[in-house]
Amino acid sequence: MSEPLIFMMGEFAAEFPTDRQYARNHMWALTFSGHLRFGFTAYAVRLLQDVYFLDWTISAPSALQSQQEIGSIESKKAESSLYAPVSGELTEFNAKLLSDPSAINTDKYGGGWLFDMEPAGPELPLLTPEEYIEHLDGVWKITQQTIKGQLND
Amino acid sequence: MIPVVVSLGQSNNPLKRELEETVIAELSKQAEFHLIVVPNLYDLTPKGESIAKLQELPDNLLVFSWLYQRSAHWILDRNGIHGKLGEVLLNTDDDQDDEETTAEDDQESAEDVTRVIDQRPPSNRTIYCLNLRAAETAAEFVSEAKRIAEEISAGGLDSWIQGEPTEEQQKRYQQPQNDTALGPPTTSSEAVRIEEAAGRRWYPVIDFSRCTNCMECIDFCLFGVYGVDQAETILVEQPDNCRKGCPACSRVCPENAIVFPQHKTPAIAGAAVETGGFKIDLSLLFGQPDAAQLAAQERDEQLVLAGREPVEETPILAKRQSGTTAGNPDQLDELLDGLDSLDL
Repeated sequence: MSEPLIFMMGEFAAEFPTDRQYARNHMWALTFSGHLRFGFTAYAVRLLQDVYFLDWTISAPSALQSQQEIGSIESKKAESSLYAPVSGELTEFNAKLLSDPSAINTDKYGGGWLFDMEPAGPELPLLTPEEYIEHLDGVWKITQQTIKGQLND
Repeated sequence: MIPVVVSLGQSNNPLKRELEETVIAELSKQAEFHLIVVPNLYDLTPKGESIAKLQELPDNLLVFSWLYQRSAHWILDRNGIHGKLGEVLLNTDDDQDDEETTAEDDQESAEDVTRVIDQRPPSNRTIYCLNLRAAETAAEFVSEAKRIAEEISAGGLDSWIQGEPTEEQQKRYQQPQNDTALGPPTTSSEAVRIEEAAGRRWYPVIDFSRCTNCMECIDFCLFGVYGVDQAETILVEQPDNCRKGCPACSRVCPENAIVFPQHKTPAIAGAAVETGGFKIDLSLLFGQPDAAQLAAQERDEQLVLAGREPVEETPILAKRQSGTTAGNPDQLDELLDGLDSLDL
């Protein structure tokens, strides 16, 4: 595997393996035994920090529209709803994360995977690693403003 | 000894874990309490070890959980652990049990509405449900637990013996001197921990102090969750038929008697429904669908997810609305009244 790409979040170097694709909502996507497997990118995990609790509001299998709400997450730094990255059938959740979500922090590109999907069609709104880095260039400034804005509340 | 059940939360948040453990440790030191630690109450299965253990407890009970009082109380009730809802003074802002004092309630009691609970024999045990979100320090929970323990030991005499005990009798009851008394042991006891694999569950919990057995829920739900018992009283018969994340039946319930303890909207998760809150929710004015529309929409989503045909019409709700007379104030009237009374 070639060297991962790096995006600097301030002092922090977030790494992105080049063996997979990326979704705009900061999930990676990797073809895995016929399915598309999704997990959080280093960018998302850096913003979340330690994950305490993960909950899904749908059960698998379920047919989903892209951006449909599918669950929520609580971490040291944030609470957020989670949304489907693409349209298609969600076939399986990573059950291990429900009792202990720490693999999201310790093995985000492997054992910390979130769910598998069978995409609805061949045209997917996924980015190459290079395109994802460009996307991050665009959103990093806004992300910082969002975080600071909420901290100042 | 008074049994104290601590239901652990699902989150690994170290602050929450620490609060649970400190409460357990501190209460274990008190001779009057006997601690039983179980996984999240809502996730427990009826045939599991935890429920079996809880069903054995015959006495007044304290229950700590990350759930609203109503949720915890009626989850226990569904599992055969019945009792009166004990008054807890340590509450979250939205968990005050002020139902009896609301104007709405007075109006309803004037109409003589029969609740399912009215048809049950009164229970002589009290269950006190404490919400672990209500305070940040274990000390506050410990002192509330002690207050309740005193209330229980004082009340015990009154409820079993007719007439007023003298001060001396009361004292002798609380601190027995003879060696045959089944007084509290002087040593502290270890908490009993039940480790039971509890997968996440999702199902409705009925608050029978509100439920009028109107059957709107059983008519509405198309997944076969509800049923009736031999006395034709509604019950959650097949909880695991429920569609994960779907709270639609709680929105159609005219009495707000259906609770989904894990839903993110407090009113659905069992918070006391606001009756005269300071802030007015203007979402209805700004185009939020009303509860009936939302419920039908949510049910249709679940039908589609399950590969079935959506209903796209709501005859039950139409029927209910046709029954209301024009003179009755509706939600919008209440909203506008609320606006008028604001000092703008």
